[in-house]
Amino acid sequence: MSETPPNIILHAADVHKNFGGLRALSDIDLQIEEGKTHAIIGPNGAGKSTLLNVIIGRIPPTSGAVVFDGTVLTGKAPYEINQLGISRVFQTPEIFPDLPVLQNVMAPAFARRDGAFRINMFRSVESEGEIREEAEDMLNDIGLHGRREDHAGSLSRGDKRRLELAMCLIQRPRLLLLDEPTAGMSRHDTNSTIDLLRKIKSSGMTKVIIEHDMHVVFSLADRISVLAQGRIIASGLPQEIKEDPRVQEAYLGGSVE
Amino acid sequence: MFSLSRKDLVALVVFAAVVLTMPIWLAPLGASYPGLMQKFAIYAIFAIGFNILFGLTGYLSFGHAAFIGVGSYTTVWSFKLLTMDIVPAMIFAVITTGVFALVIGYFSLRRTGIYFSILTLAFAQMCYSLAYSVLTPITNGETGLLLARDDPRYLDAMFGAQANIAGLPQPTFLGSSVTGYTGFYLCAAILIVAFYVSQKIFASPFGMALRGIKSNQTRMNYTGFNTKPYMLAAFVISGMFAGLAGALLSITDPLAGAERMKWTESGNVVLMTILGGVGTLFGPVIGAWLIKYFENIFSAINTNMLNNFFSFLPDGLQNVVVTVLSKFVGEGWHLTLGLMFVLIVVFLPGGLVEGFHRLMARLKRRKGTPDGVTSVQPAE
Repeated sequence: MSETPPNIILHAADVHKNFGGLRALSDIDLQIEEGKTHAIIGPNGAGKSTLLNVIIGRIPPTSGAVVFDGTVLTGKAPYEINQLGISRVFQTPEIFPDLPVLQNVMAPAFARRDGAFRINMFRSVESEGEIREEAEDMLNDIGLHGRREDHAGSLSRGDKRRLELAMCLIQRPRLLLLDEPTAGMSRHDTNSTIDLLRKIKSSGMTKVIIEHDMHVVFSLADRISVLAQGRIIASGLPQEIKEDPRVQEAYLGGSVE
Repeated sequence: MFSLSRKDLVALVVFAAVVLTMPIWLAPLGASYPGLMQKFAIYAIFAIGFNILFGLTGYLSFGHAAFIGVGSYTTVWSFKLLTMDIVPAMIFAVITTGVFALVIGYFSLRRTGIYFSILTLAFAQMCYSLAYSVLTPITNGETGLLLARDDPRYLDAMFGAQANIAGLPQPTFLGSSVTGYTGFYLCAAILIVAFYVSQKIFASPFGMALRGIKSNQTRMNYTGFNTKPYMLAAFVISGMFAGLAGALLSITDPLAGAERMKWTESGNVVLMTILGGVGTLFGPVIGAWLIKYFENIFSAINTNMLNNFFSFLPDGLQNVVVTVLSKFVGEGWHLTLGLMFVLIVVFLPGGLVEGFHRLMARLKRRKGTPDGVTSVQPAE
């Protein structure tokens, strides 16, 4: 794995994943370039979420390995992978419903600053001015500042998704994984999320995005990989993908939603 | 480092005032004797510690009585072997329970939910049975561990203290005895410190991480927190609080018996916390006081007292009222407690503290004064 070129930040090499007899992923070779937004698209059941779960360490691959910036991720615990600089937005928002919105954003900032475990009993959350300010700025950016004292569980579904995105962004990850970040959002919310993601695009953060919404994909992606029946059938620039006959066939042949 | 937010500081001052004036406000309730008030303070410490685990992380331990027992035995052994001074006894009790909690927590926290609860219960029952059987040389079995005149007390002997005193030696705090009101004020002072520590934990990033575990452990893991050591730390801290409570039980009454580790004791602290309000600062204390009050005062009410109390009623009615009520007091206090528990869990899932908050909110709305704090609200 040492010959990974410097500009490839994530390399899923020869990844296979079987669930019993079902081949969920086979022969996956995916290279993500640093600073780029890489979209993974494909029909339902193509294995997109499985691929993301393998990358993040939620499920171990049957064979193959995922390498992030020279470190093998396979076999690492989720918190170790996060501490390496990888954050993830889930398909159903994973937030802290019982905590105030502000603390939802502050907690990840503490994990970034203090590491995976630290008994910090002598200072109060209130007195952590720097992290608090940063969290408030972040909430301003996503338009949730007015609800910072409310419990996150009381937010609308779209707001929960944006909150989760903010929780990932405040960690300033090197790699951000997004699993359908705009699913269930109104057109208006979708567009503002696209704007937000565009803004961080210029900050040089690498993003891998799984998305059904072609409007979102073509607004954001620098590169696109198409997954069908557990295999990558095409990979390239958005324009190339659009014109690829295999892609059109996969989408027409597969179950288009 | 030792500072509190303004809200917490107010809460602490109010709390300290309430605890220290116990002899006054408990007098009309018939509970203002030191022996009982000590128990109020001690069990409040136990419940506060339990709440750090159950209230913040949501992990329900059914074996916390084991730590009370370990704390008690360690204290009596410190009295027997080293000195009658309570400071070393408390320190040893807290350290020993910390070690016990570390071991029990390490294994129990490998599981979550009901399996975690069952594991802690199993460990506690193991401690309980061992105290009666294999460990009799340490625990003195059913008799319980008692002080004796001819205990070695190496440290005391070294300094020549308490050489020739008739009767059993008494625990001392820096030379003065800790019986009666001294004993109560000692427990009260430690309770206030315990409350302060729990305030610090609640307000800290550590406490926030524990709440995060309760709220969404998956997100905690994917956010870069290693949740295992956080939970183990919470478990050990709450075990140490229980150990301290056990130590105080043995200090105010220098003997230790295995019945303190019985599973009903573990269940009691769960009831206390839920009655008062899980995850709140004041809840566990209120719950502990309520249950101890019922156990000691309500259970002592008999038919004669009821007859006296209702003597203003016409004879026939008096008989009916007394007959009905007598089922709920005295021996029947468990019935009252049980009914109260059911009502609170069904109608006030947040415990009595939630009831208080609702009441305050209603009063505020009626008054129509949006600005200005109308009363001191318990933190959280």
